[in-house]
Amino acid sequence: MCRTVDLRQAVLAKNTMAAGVLRTELTARGTTVVNLLSSPGSGKTALLERELPLARERGIEVAALTADLATENDATRLARSGAPVKQVLTDGLCHLEADMLAGHLHDWLPDATRLLFVENVGNLVCPASYDLGESLRVVLASVTEGEDKPLKYPTAFGLAQLVIVTKSDLAGPAAFDEAAFRAHVERVNPGVEVVLTSVRTGEGAGVLVDRALAAADGDAVHTPVMARAGA
Amino acid sequence: MHEMSVALSVVDQVERAARPGGAHGVRRVVVEIGELAGVVPDALAFCFELACAGTLLEGAELATRFLPGRASCAPCGRTWDTGMPPDMLCAVCRGGAGELLSGRELRITEVHWSASPTTPDPTPVPQPEES
Repeated sequence: MCRTVDLRQAVLAKNTMAAGVLRTELTARGTTVVNLLSSPGSGKTALLERELPLARERGIEVAALTADLATENDATRLARSGAPVKQVLTDGLCHLEADMLAGHLHDWLPDATRLLFVENVGNLVCPASYDLGESLRVVLASVTEGEDKPLKYPTAFGLAQLVIVTKSDLAGPAAFDEAAFRAHVERVNPGVEVVLTSVRTGEGAGVLVDRALAAADGDAVHTPVMARAGA
Repeated sequence: MHEMSVALSVVDQVERAARPGGAHGVRRVVVEIGELAGVVPDALAFCFELACAGTLLEGAELATRFLPGRASCAPCGRTWDTGMPPDMLCAVCRGGAGELLSGRELRITEVHWSASPTTPDPTPVPQPEES
């Protein structure tokens, strides 16, 4: 006998449930997670190198978890801020998943942590599909990557709650067309905030901490159209 | 490429449903993939075959159904195909889409298996909303 069963199960349901549990647990203890996504080399680590000390100067308890396929270089850089930092080596896996993150936080994340920044694996494809229990998802792109990046990686940019343009000091030499970039972001994710930053000139200093704190305080965070899917 | 993770999730979920259902072997699995789900059907098919090895799904066929991205405009009620890359702005009023009607799906819809005639159908597991 052959049987056909209507399963109607979301393939990523297990991750979505794990992310929901993690978000609830962390929120209950006063910790807000910020998930940072970008291509390799966009400047996630450089931005955190600037933002972590700024947060600490303001008396905000921050921590960072950074994921890479190999090397502990990013954790070494971020640890100079004095904040608790953890390096996760994914052994080739191209993204983090919620249960992996939960496992790494166990026995490490200090109780008093207000903001936990998770630097995802440098990749604009796979991490976009995995909720990590974050309250704010940030997608970064540097001015050297081209104005059409949001169109080439529409799922990542389409699900962003904040878009940060990095290396704005190079906008001139790179002939970065800011208006075109903004129009492309608006096309895939109407209404999302786009902020320019440069760790060299100081443009946009503190913006990541400000937006993360707003999310932590329960202020309304942008809900992308793609996340309003009825599917 | 996260299609291997996706394939392993499909195999895991189908096995969980099929074993209590008395399945001897799963023959076919149907997965809906939305245009904006970020999953490449060919890559998933390749990974699915590998992920099925040594499981109840060994040799099972994977059928994928494509669902186009469709959005609706809250102010004017217009609906449209978002295309790829998607256009979430209404062509009429240029307001942002109010809702994505389809396109983000990534779900198992049907599973076909061989089973003894006396075993009951499995109870569908309640699922959270996809984010």
